Amino acid sequence: MSLLTVDDAAVTFGDAPALDHVDLTLEPGEIVSILGPSGSGKSTLLRAVAGLQPLTAGRILLDDADQASTPPHRRGVGLMFQDHALFPTRDVGGNVAFGLRMHGAPRAAAERRVAELLGLVGLPDAARRPIATLSGGEQQRVALARALAPSPRLLMLDEPLGQLDRGLRERLVQELRAVFTRLGTSVLAVTHDQGEAFALADRVVVMHDGRIAQTGTPQELWRRPADEFVARFLGFGNLVPATASGGEAETPWGPVPVPKDAADGRYLLLVRPGGVRLAAPEAASLRASVTARTFRGGPADSVTLALDPERGPALEATCRLGDAPVPGSTVAVAFDRDEVVLLPQ
Amino acid sequence: MTRRRTTVLTVLALAALPLLFLAVFFAYPVVRIVLLGLHQDGAWQWHAAWSTLADPGVRHVLWFTTWQALASTGLTLAVGLPGAYVLSRLRFPGRSLVRALVTVPFVLPTVVVGTAFLALLGSGGLLDDWFGVTLDSTPAAIVIAHVFFNYAVVVRTVGGLWSRLDPRQEEAAMVLGASRWRAWRTVTLPALAPAVAAAALMVFLFTFTSFGTVQILGGPRYATLEVEIYRQTADLLDLPAAAVLTLLQFAVVLVVLLVHGTAVRRRTSALGMVAAGQAERPPRSTGERLFLAGNLLFMAVLVVVPLAMLVLDSVRSSRGWTLAFFRALFAGGGDSTLFVPPWQAITNSLRFAVLATVVALVVGGLASVALARRGTGRVGRGLDLLLMLPLGTSAVTVGFGFLISLDRPPLDLRSSFWLVPLAQALVGIPFVVRTMLPVLRAVSDRLREAAAVLGASPWRVWREVDLPMVRRAVLVAAGFAFAVSLGEFGATVFLARPDQPTLPVAIARFLGRAGEINTGQAMAMSVILMAVSAASMLTLERLRPREPGEI
Repeated sequence: MSLLTVDDAAVTFGDAPALDHVDLTLEPGEIVSILGPSGSGKSTLLRAVAGLQPLTAGRILLDDADQASTPPHRRGVGLMFQDHALFPTRDVGGNVAFGLRMHGAPRAAAERRVAELLGLVGLPDAARRPIATLSGGEQQRVALARALAPSPRLLMLDEPLGQLDRGLRERLVQELRAVFTRLGTSVLAVTHDQGEAFALADRVVVMHDGRIAQTGTPQELWRRPADEFVARFLGFGNLVPATASGGEAETPWGPVPVPKDAADGRYLLLVRPGGVRLAAPEAASLRASVTARTFRGGPADSVTLALDPERGPALEATCRLGDAPVPGSTVAVAFDRDEVVLLPQ
Repeated sequence: MTRRRTTVLTVLALAALPLLFLAVFFAYPVVRIVLLGLHQDGAWQWHAAWSTLADPGVRHVLWFTTWQALASTGLTLAVGLPGAYVLSRLRFPGRSLVRALVTVPFVLPTVVVGTAFLALLGSGGLLDDWFGVTLDSTPAAIVIAHVFFNYAVVVRTVGGLWSRLDPRQEEAAMVLGASRWRAWRTVTLPALAPAVAAAALMVFLFTFTSFGTVQILGGPRYATLEVEIYRQTADLLDLPAAAVLTLLQFAVVLVVLLVHGTAVRRRTSALGMVAAGQAERPPRSTGERLFLAGNLLFMAVLVVVPLAMLVLDSVRSSRGWTLAFFRALFAGGGDSTLFVPPWQAITNSLRFAVLATVVALVVGGLASVALARRGTGRVGRGLDLLLMLPLGTSAVTVGFGFLISLDRPPLDLRSSFWLVPLAQALVGIPFVVRTMLPVLRAVSDRLREAAAVLGASPWRVWREVDLPMVRRAVLVAAGFAFAVSLGEFGATVFLARPDQPTLPVAIARFLGRAGEINTGQAMAMSVILMAVSAASMLTLERLRPREPGEI
């Protein structure tokens, strides 16, 4: 039995489809991220599940029960808004206790639960603080505690870390995952940031123009983007048309080795930057000049190189800092078969 | 059913009571009196109507009404905009007191304003004593009194927005090479335009339909349409002429409201806003300090002097200082002026005003809740316009319309105590809507959604999210409705029974009688009325919501 089933759901605003016949299921305890650019329909999907946005067509089922005639306040789901939407007329404790009060929890039990949740999100003494005194990160934690308080069967997060700075985001995303895993919470989180989606979720759903472009684990997405949109959205730029035959493809860059099991035919060929290897000039068939180099830092000492090959479009390559050539120098390029992906045209 | 249709239906359900109220107590009486005037002896009196419109006297009244309203509006804006700047952007000691003080004239009954300026500018007044100048029965006196009355409208409406406008926009223009004046004109003024337009609209409506002030200061030569309607109805009993004049006034007001509505809708733009208080600073340069001082001096002359004159005239007679006028109010029984002891006018006024406030809050509150819902489109805009109409309709017509239309079952209110409060509530409703609507609209839909997802039913969402935010606005709305009801004159003068006068009615009756004791009692009563109005307004100033209201 699935916790959430979205069955052929569609929403149109005027003539424009915001959600274009989407199917999605979520199992109890699963953490799923919906990843997509702004306007791809991901927030609309959350609002539809919460009952804030009526469907034009299709169904939404929670625990196999159709929610068509269930108003938002009886759906038993939690939603954490992008702008947090904390109640300015109540203090932190009043915000967290709100859902408990609405569900008729006794005062003493509600107070215990509020204290427990504020402890969980790392704000143990904040119950009496006014909302206006909270920093962005603290607001985010209070919003999380408020959404978790009534123990919703499904917790939905709309760009939960959108407004925070990078360092805080990276730390919080780890904390969120730890909290959800510990509580066994089922989560549907919307984000436009692939790093956030990959770090948080068991499964990632990529959305594009109101449709689901690809579903898979973070590794699956990274290894095998389903189409050009997903590849480009994940940041891959080394894409060229190619004709494959017998384990090799003809491309504007010249011959590129492709996975051995690939059927012959015409494709869009992707080489991940890690698969563009710099070789000794005489050994390779493609020469390129280095136009720029960007130090990415990180534990791998990674450097991104922009290359201008003698034929074909520009290439992006990664290498270690110690191996990086200087801009202006000429290198030879070879392609790593394991880092080549063939996409449908 | 689509979401849009659901929204429109919800709005109509909420608006049912306000619509019914307006239909029965506004549209019906006004239509009845217009019909009574235009449709006599079983035939339409087009000829009589045409001859009224062709009458040079009427054209003179229309011309005077229009130009004095335009002059009053222009002058009020000219002096009110610097005042709005000073009170919203500069920080100085005693500012909230000044802000409260300049609001006092606005809540004063028009009769009191007229009386105060009569004491200041009339024969035997201050100007007469000092310079031998009398301005009563001149347009100048009327325009000055209108500026006095409406100064607060501009200061509060424009200041509310100005205090939250991001100063960095103007700074950016100056960094790009604009002079201070040019930066203000090209950046700040367009951003303020909606508030300036709203203020101008209010001032124009108030001055175009001005009654009490003009009645007292205009003398025999100068009359607004409203005064002329009163004269035709009450003095000359020429109902056809009054009906034509009512329609004429109604048409002008409707055109002004429509033009304003279109202009404002086109102007709506995203503004950079900051939290209240963030854009203020103490005056920095000598120029700014002089500007501040000049404005404060102007406010003192404009507001304090007339009020002080009123108080002075209530405690002095030709034989020196005296409390005789106040004593006369509380002594003795009725006389031929009032039929009842004068102090009863105070209790009458308070009782009527409390009832009128309750009615205005219920009707105006429901209408505001309906209008605040998003996506109401044309229906919402139409309702909004409808709710503003009582402001621009002849109060005299409404009053007289009540008398002739609510006189038979099922609604026979002729001898009912409710007649006066209902008419006063009608005048209070636009104020309630203008105060509550901006605050209700400012409540974020996200908060309502967050509450719903957390398990709050629609009714609890209203109670838990909307109500805490508008509680203060409700108090302010109540204060406006109370003050406006207290001072209502045009309709009440028809409806108050001879033995149940309100304060403004009693003041007018005293003023209509010769003799020092009568004038003195009018002044004393005005002081009491001013004190009651000001006290209710000052109490509310302390409870003022932080959100900018339109008034």
